[in-house]
Amino acid sequence: MTAFRLASGGSAIDRARRLSFSFDGRMVEAYAGDTIASALLAADIAVVGRSFKYHRPRGIWGAGVEEPNALIDVAGNRHGAPNTRATTEPARDGLITRSVNASPNAAADRNAFLDRFARFIPAAFYYKTFMWPDWHLFEPRIRAMAGLGSVDPDWKSVGPADQINKHCDVLVVGAGPAGLAAARSASDIGKSVILVDDQPHPGGSLLHRDAEIDGQPAANWIDGSIAALRQGGHLVLTSTTAFGIYDHNLIGLNQRHHDGRPDTLWRIRPGRIVLATGAIERPLPFANNDLPGILSADAALIYLRRYGVLVGRQIVVVTNNDSAHEVAAALAAAGAEVTLVDPRMDSRLTVSANIRRLGGRTVTTARGRMRVEGVTLDDGTSLPADCVVVSGGWTPTVHLFCQARGKLAWDESRAAFLPGDPVDGITVTGAAAGTVALSEVFADVAKAAFGVAGTSSPRSTGPEASGAIMPTWPRAGAKGRVWIDYQNDVTAKDVELAARENFISVEHLKRYTTLGMATDQGKTSNLAGLALMANITGRTVPEVGTTTYRPPFTPVPLTSFSGALGGELMAPVRRLPLENMHRAAGAVFQEYGGWLRPAHYGGADAEAAIQSEALGARRSVALFDGSTLGKIEVMGPKAAEFVDFIYYNTMSTLKPGRCRYGFMLSENGVVFDDGILIRLDEHRFIVSCSSSHVTAVHARLEEWRQDRFGRDAVYIHNATADMATLTVSGPKAKALVAALDLGVSLDDGELPHMAIASGIFGNEAVRVARVSFTGDRSYEISIRADRAEALWVVMQEAGKAFDAVTIGLEAMTLLRAEKGYIVIGKDTDGTTMPHDLGVDGPRQKRGTDYVGRRSLFTDVATAERRLQFVGLRVTDGEALLATGTHAIAKVEGSVRSQGFVTSSYQSPTLQRPIALALIERGASRHGETIDLQHLGILRRATITGPCAFDPTGERLNA
Amino acid sequence: MQLFPCPFCGPRPETEFHYNGEAGNIRPDGAQVSAECWAGYLYERSNPKGAAREIWVHATCQEFFVMERDTVTHQLAATQTPGFAEHAE
Ligand SMILES: [Zn+2]
Repeated sequence: MTAFRLASGGSAIDRARRLSFSFDGRMVEAYAGDTIASALLAADIAVVGRSFKYHRPRGIWGAGVEEPNALIDVAGNRHGAPNTRATTEPARDGLITRSVNASPNAAADRNAFLDRFARFIPAAFYYKTFMWPDWHLFEPRIRAMAGLGSVDPDWKSVGPADQINKHCDVLVVGAGPAGLAAARSASDIGKSVILVDDQPHPGGSLLHRDAEIDGQPAANWIDGSIAALRQGGHLVLTSTTAFGIYDHNLIGLNQRHHDGRPDTLWRIRPGRIVLATGAIERPLPFANNDLPGILSADAALIYLRRYGVLVGRQIVVVTNNDSAHEVAAALAAAGAEVTLVDPRMDSRLTVSANIRRLGGRTVTTARGRMRVEGVTLDDGTSLPADCVVVSGGWTPTVHLFCQARGKLAWDESRAAFLPGDPVDGITVTGAAAGTVALSEVFADVAKAAFGVAGTSSPRSTGPEASGAIMPTWPRAGAKGRVWIDYQNDVTAKDVELAARENFISVEHLKRYTTLGMATDQGKTSNLAGLALMANITGRTVPEVGTTTYRPPFTPVPLTSFSGALGGELMAPVRRLPLENMHRAAGAVFQEYGGWLRPAHYGGADAEAAIQSEALGARRSVALFDGSTLGKIEVMGPKAAEFVDFIYYNTMSTLKPGRCRYGFMLSENGVVFDDGILIRLDEHRFIVSCSSSHVTAVHARLEEWRQDRFGRDAVYIHNATADMATLTVSGPKAKALVAALDLGVSLDDGELPHMAIASGIFGNEAVRVARVSFTGDRSYEISIRADRAEALWVVMQEAGKAFDAVTIGLEAMTLLRAEKGYIVIGKDTDGTTMPHDLGVDGPRQKRGTDYVGRRSLFTDVATAERRLQFVGLRVTDGEALLATGTHAIAKVEGSVRSQGFVTSSYQSPTLQRPIALALIERGASRHGETIDLQHLGILRRATITGPCAFDPTGERLNA
Repeated sequence: MQLFPCPFCGPRPETEFHYNGEAGNIRPDGAQVSAECWAGYLYERSNPKGAAREIWVHATCQEFFVMERDTVTHQLAATQTPGFAEHAE
């Protein structure tokens, strides 16, 4: 027994509330307020995990976010979470935790033998060894033996994570002395403040380091400051990590709740960000410095003061700076036998206050197998120890500053990269800026942007920390295995190997050795690795530089980022006003271009239902919900000139009350959309574009309006969702519409094909348009969306006398294919120009400019071998051609594609297959029989015109 | 996430905007434009590193505007609504 819980003490724990959780199958007792790590230490569980590659036994190093070793997978009384740091995971009753990369457990890992082969598997061993014949042969077994935690594929979040957007004047990251003082100072001058800290309790180093502020214990000042901030209406978020600063000072926070709720994501846009993020203690480079029982001096003090856990009985404290002296004194005062080794001290052994002091020397090797048993100094002295606490100096936590494009400046005396030139909107203060003495921290905060006359800053009246340090970096050629990166199993020798193979850039070093990768991103290791590379290559540390700091600072659950945007909300569909009525009628819905629409009605056999609907539409009359059709109004003094420019076809000659079919092109001449343009009056048009193109067409119209015609010349209003459009089509359409009694003269002289009329249904105005997508006489009736239901009911009722059939989009698509009417994007592709579709008139005749015009006269546009729109006919009785089937031609022995089938259906009316296709020079090859091929099956078909049904168009007026 | 100032709505997050091309890419009208000139209008972009003038659209209000920004630092200089000036020459 070495580490143990003291009989009293521990400001974070509540000794009245006991709880227990399991670790690797073993029950561990804890108190409320413990972390998993503090409870494991109190239970003297030294080995808490196995290393990533060599399966070395590893113990707890730190007490916070920097922890590289103590990673656990968590299940049970909380959401499952892989690779959680034991040092930041609160102990909870019933929690089930497991060490990572160990089987069956961390203490007895069957892959531990790997460490004995370590010198055969240095950095990049895998890259070099398993390339032949194929890495993928080896990958599964290597993956199973290396790596960290495992993901539970069956895990499901209990609900969506909250995401909160907020603004404030000042956001302070870190509620240590600097952050608290900055928050109070900002509050004093009337700023709105948000203060965040990743620990459950604010206070930072003041929670465990000796300090006195304004003549009181630091704890009183913390409580008073938090109370004052909360009273002032400011937001204090604990257990909340500021994980990233993004463009224009957006800062992302992830808040943990520890009560079963998913974490909450905060997106905050503060006027100013104050980074009081503190610093992280580094290890010292000596052989076997990764043994369990070797931990950070600051962590040892945290476990003592916050959790009442003494980390050992016979402790060697090794340091190169002043900060660990306070730790040595505290450990000794708590009853441990302490030896303090600091090369800066006088080499004579002195003993005072229960501490043996050894100066002028340092540790070169730690001894032990499953945990540390002692150390050897550079003069050969051997010291027994059950615990070694280490301080190699402090690395300011500058991650967020660097994410905000801050540049670092090397400070040789502090042996640290400090924030360099200021970044707009960001202040760095406290230990993150290299300031450690409390009085200096407070003075620094007072000088910062909020220090205005009249605000009183806190005064340090107690002991002061000192940042004095003698830099100690790993050196090339050191004996034994000196670990640089615990989490990724990178030793000094791996860095030397990288240097030998010329991976001397920091970014190459990182990728080649994995230094600074994985969940901790090198929080404890990066600087030592850089310093060693500097030493090997004869450069200075700033010449080597740092790798790029990227968000997130610590891992953030994906649930936080996804929030509510899962399932149906991932990409919400647009819905028809009459959806419920279609459902009641047995419609089967599908998504078409973002709209949820009836594919067909009823019937387990979809194909039979579609055939029957299409047949009924030709025989009697069809009812169809076409509400998704675009209804974009174009108005204004230059509206006619505008539509002329937008459309390929001349539209200004259209008479009020009439409609015209036309194409819109892109500037590259490709057909972008087709549809009907309706002219309501001199200066008012309705663009009835394809359902799935409404948003894009609207944006395009706005672009040309704002960027060419002027905002006063044309005005555009997208009324698509305002109106429902209900279509009546078929030989009995006229009779059915007459029965609706809309007050419209249906006389073909007054309402011919491609004309509109105004009518009334009840008290609602309706617009009746004689346009057709089926080739049969059709009436599109448009009405306010919220009044469409009543009209649809009447249409259904009236339809009974005419054998009306309600059809879905599939039957409609079939009917239009019989007529050879195109669907953009299905029967055309990104190269199809209007003359490929047989519409060459405007290209030849128009004198005024229009979108895409010049592109229709390029070499490519006028090439002979263009794909042109045709119909294909197979011999009666044969099967359908598959959509996508290629027309082929044999050229000099090899097969070449001459185009492809774009649409293919069985026509119930014609009782034979029909197909549409884009075929090379197709327009001039009508009557020619060609070869086609699909998935190895050869077919033959004859090229025809696109229209297979009623080519003379008599049914439009029948 | 960048904050773009829509001239109509004010500052809004960048996810609400679409890039719509370089400002000053004036459309050469007419059927007689040379193939080189037309190809330049369609395809040739300067893709500057540093100061840039671009057309953006705020998708939620459909405002098209010119934005001057730095493609390296992401600093915004100004936004303005495009007028006929963009097409004057
Ligand atoms: Zn806007």
